[in-house]
Amino acid sequence: MSLNKSTVRAIAFLARLDLSEEAIEPLIEELSAILQWTEKLQSVDTTNVEPMPCINFVQSYWREDAINDGGYAETVLTNAPESAKGFFLVPKVVN
Amino acid sequence: MSHWIEGQTGLWEIVIGLEIHAQIISMAKLFSGAATFFGGAPNTQVALFDAAFPGMLPVVNAKCIEQAVRTGLGLNAHINKYSVFARKNYFYADLPAGYQISQHELPIVGPGLVAIDLSDGTSRTIRIERLHLEQDAGKSLHDRHPTRSFIDLNRAGVALMEIVSQPDMHSSEEAAAYVRKLRSILRYLGSCDGNMQEGSLRCDVNVSVRRPDEDFRTRCEIKNINSVRFVVQAIEYEAHRHVRVYESGGSIEQETRFFDSSSGKTLPMRSKEMVHDYRYFQDPDLVPLMLDETFIEDIRTNLPELPDQKKSRFMNIYGLPAYAAGILVEDRETAEYYETVAKGRDPKIVANWVMTSLFGALHRSGREISDSPISADHLGQLIDLIGDGTISSHIAKSVFESMLETGQEPSAIVTAKGLKQVTDSKVIERAIDEVMRQHADKVALYRGGQVRILGWFIGQVMKATDGKANPEKLSTLIKKKLAGSTLSSV
Amino acid sequence: MTALVDLSLADARTGLNRGDFTSVELTEAHLRAIERRRFLNAFITETPEIAIAQAKASDRRRRAGQVGTMEGLPIAIKDIFCTEGLLTTAASHILDGFRPPYEATVSARLRAAGAVTLGKTNMDEFAMGSSNMTSYYGNVLNPWQRHGAPEIKLVPGGSSGGSAAAVAARLCLAAVGTDTGGSIRQPSSFCGIVGLKPTYGRCSRWGLIAFASSLDQAGPMTRTIRDSALMLGAMSGYDSKDSTSAQVPVPDFEGALTGEIHGLKVGVPCEYRPDGLAPEVIALWDKGISWLKAAGAEPMEISLPHTQYALATYYIIAPAEASSNLARYDGVRYGLRKAGNSSLNEMYMQTRAAGFGQEVQRRVLIGTYVLSAGYYDAYYLKAQKVRTLIIRDFQQAFKTVDVILTPTTPTPAFAMGEQMDDPITMYLNDIFTVPISLAGLPGLSVPAGLSPEGLPLGLQIIGRPFEEQTVLKVGGVLETAACFTQRPSLAVAN
Repeated sequence: MSLNKSTVRAIAFLARLDLSEEAIEPLIEELSAILQWTEKLQSVDTTNVEPMPCINFVQSYWREDAINDGGYAETVLTNAPESAKGFFLVPKVVN
Repeated sequence: MSHWIEGQTGLWEIVIGLEIHAQIISMAKLFSGAATFFGGAPNTQVALFDAAFPGMLPVVNAKCIEQAVRTGLGLNAHINKYSVFARKNYFYADLPAGYQISQHELPIVGPGLVAIDLSDGTSRTIRIERLHLEQDAGKSLHDRHPTRSFIDLNRAGVALMEIVSQPDMHSSEEAAAYVRKLRSILRYLGSCDGNMQEGSLRCDVNVSVRRPDEDFRTRCEIKNINSVRFVVQAIEYEAHRHVRVYESGGSIEQETRFFDSSSGKTLPMRSKEMVHDYRYFQDPDLVPLMLDETFIEDIRTNLPELPDQKKSRFMNIYGLPAYAAGILVEDRETAEYYETVAKGRDPKIVANWVMTSLFGALHRSGREISDSPISADHLGQLIDLIGDGTISSHIAKSVFESMLETGQEPSAIVTAKGLKQVTDSKVIERAIDEVMRQHADKVALYRGGQVRILGWFIGQVMKATDGKANPEKLSTLIKKKLAGSTLSSV
Repeated sequence: MTALVDLSLADARTGLNRGDFTSVELTEAHLRAIERRRFLNAFITETPEIAIAQAKASDRRRRAGQVGTMEGLPIAIKDIFCTEGLLTTAASHILDGFRPPYEATVSARLRAAGAVTLGKTNMDEFAMGSSNMTSYYGNVLNPWQRHGAPEIKLVPGGSSGGSAAAVAARLCLAAVGTDTGGSIRQPSSFCGIVGLKPTYGRCSRWGLIAFASSLDQAGPMTRTIRDSALMLGAMSGYDSKDSTSAQVPVPDFEGALTGEIHGLKVGVPCEYRPDGLAPEVIALWDKGISWLKAAGAEPMEISLPHTQYALATYYIIAPAEASSNLARYDGVRYGLRKAGNSSLNEMYMQTRAAGFGQEVQRRVLIGTYVLSAGYYDAYYLKAQKVRTLIIRDFQQAFKTVDVILTPTTPTPAFAMGEQMDDPITMYLNDIFTVPISLAGLPGLSVPAGLSPEGLPLGLQIIGRPFEEQTVLKVGGVLETAACFTQRPSLAVAN
């Protein structure tokens, strides 16, 4: 699959990555090459094969409904680049 | 009741589907142990997982699973024994991980049904497509600062049930009835408190219109409506907007809009967002949800009597008409209150008192039945006092008002204020005689043919007896006296 | 007398128990080594004061009779584990200044067992890489050098390159690494040390900065098999805070090192011998097979038919999961934020473009693409189905064999600057390790010999789920037979 620039830009926006003009040209080639390389999977017969999104060695565990976390706003905010009055601050979102 | 819109070029049918987000009643969040209650100081109910710190992982809350199954059963829905959590990926400041853990292809609950009753006495069945579990997002405040939005993650990660209906509704009334019924069922089950002001129940409405017998046309989504009244307004406005657009030759684009309650209009979201590609995939931090039969049956066995069943029972046992029964069962506490009062009493009289006087009083004071100043027992006692003739129904109304104010039991009020009914005919006759004596002119008018003055006479006698005269006896006696007979009291 | 830094974990344990030296002495010796070999750039953060304080506390505990399984032993921790109050970066600019208010379960368990933390080791950014050349904190140098070419700088492998180099260069007795597609095993092979990727679910992922959630596993990197067993015992165990943690008991791994493998069936997969595989690798593999046979095992040819599809499968699934796991690095709650923007989206875009290195950006873009509408079925879903087939290959093989033996890497360590033409060449380094990751199986790399240029080569032992004991036991046999005592030239006798 060969990507074009607008696809790469669209994907970059979905991933919130600001790509400069210089960055984008080599990327188009690299990404196309990687995707093309992965296309060998198309030749594998997977009729009636179930996908395996997680290793199933593991039993299920459900937590008990109890309040045993939270209550430490200062800790939660301690690494924040910008915060005030107990809130995280971000550039204003226009709705 | 027609639910067509009459456009300039003919009839249009409204097509409505609702997606309801209901916050689950649980102590802790869906995947973390932080608290869920409303109104805490910002970011004080946030676990490290909820703030998406590196390396943090979800662990699912058993109670939330139970509540979803319970709700599915209450909606007559199929419970999926195997369901899967999926990540819904998008960026927003109130979504710390950059994805919401939700369910996509394999939800915990499948198709179900909700019966709704309309004001014209008809009933309809609305199909539920599915119910799934998902995390709620945090809150953004945009009005605190000129260039900054404030983010509070207390709500981030609270468990939600998203309940999706089929586009089976065709009028704003049906949609309102659906929301009310759903809310009622959720409150009965105890799986959601249905508090729309606080945001525990939110509606996204999908609206489109079409010609009769046409296929579906493009729909628009109106997000986050938090009252039934606004649901109705939004649907009315949006459906008419579609009709206007079509009839002027235009076309409707699929879009997401929001409802502006001050103008009653739906408006496009100002920032033209890119179409979201959520890139759903199964969350690799969680294993699939597997429910066994015992787990589901335990919940089923312990389901409370639900509104529809209760309504049927009320109609059968208490002989109430469908409409009244429907109103009394909408809220579980109301139904329980009613049944307490109705025990051993005339159910229709009780229904009248509850629905008229009590509801009226609660509504005026903005209270719920759970903090009614008049207890079910006291109301029952009041009704007994009328039944055994101690007080007239007229006096009962003022006793009721006193009960509202003081919370005292009725017999105490009756005694304290000396409100016992006067049933002694001699006393009533004396009062009648006195009024007739004072207003001989009016008596003459009555006898001369102005029979409508009877009401005035009755009023005067009532006044003279401080309202305590037994109305039936008074009526009989005064008619006889005015008619001219000098019947002696029996 | 062996220098303190040349001891194995097990021998150091013995020495401490006997009172031959204290943890403080042992720790100080390692701190000096770290100072001397800082040019390797194996550490992102050194924690000498903390280490000494911990060593003193350990010696006090020992005097009081409290001796944990890792008591007083100085180790290093890959900077992908959140360590409370300590800078944790995942070798990325985007986590500048991040001091977690919590400790990862694995490192907490090691601390609770008495281990001393020397520092956080360097790695490929967000564990994405096979060379430790994508770190924001600079490349790590492999302490090994090619015969007669000391000027050529070699990579230690990745992503746990700093951990591997530190263990090989005697900067620590052992290190904790993580393995997603080979990130413990491949650098272990390149640096001539023992590296184990346990079964998926054996060690907790809580507090481990996620790259690909269905593949990431913490594991020990040591100089001997016994050390690996010892450390694995301290790291493992069910953690209810991790929903993918396995509820299985932790066996006595050290106790399984009996050397007794009589009758054990060893699978040799024909697909791991592709055309063009370096003859020295084939030769070493054959030698390994004969060593095991000599110890009484029964080698037999097996087929893992979908091996050739494993890398492509991995390079769809891992980036997909990563693209989602890395969405949280957005400048809002921790780490780097590019200030002075007018909108939220701009802040996101500029922060992430500035904070993530090239390889991370590449993988995030690939991952986003393969999950996107219209491509999900052809790429992601297809890869998950092929994954099932790969798992079935192993399940089928394990019906007839008990372990599988393969080379760990197709080549020894390459030079910095080589393999830079395109990303795919770099990806091929993981050709032998990736299938095991996809299947969640335990995989162990044991240093087995040297290449013609004098660089280490490892052999990989693969076992059934949760059979690390068997894997380690076989590793012990290979270790004894290989007698690999060579030291890297940049870490000659102290």
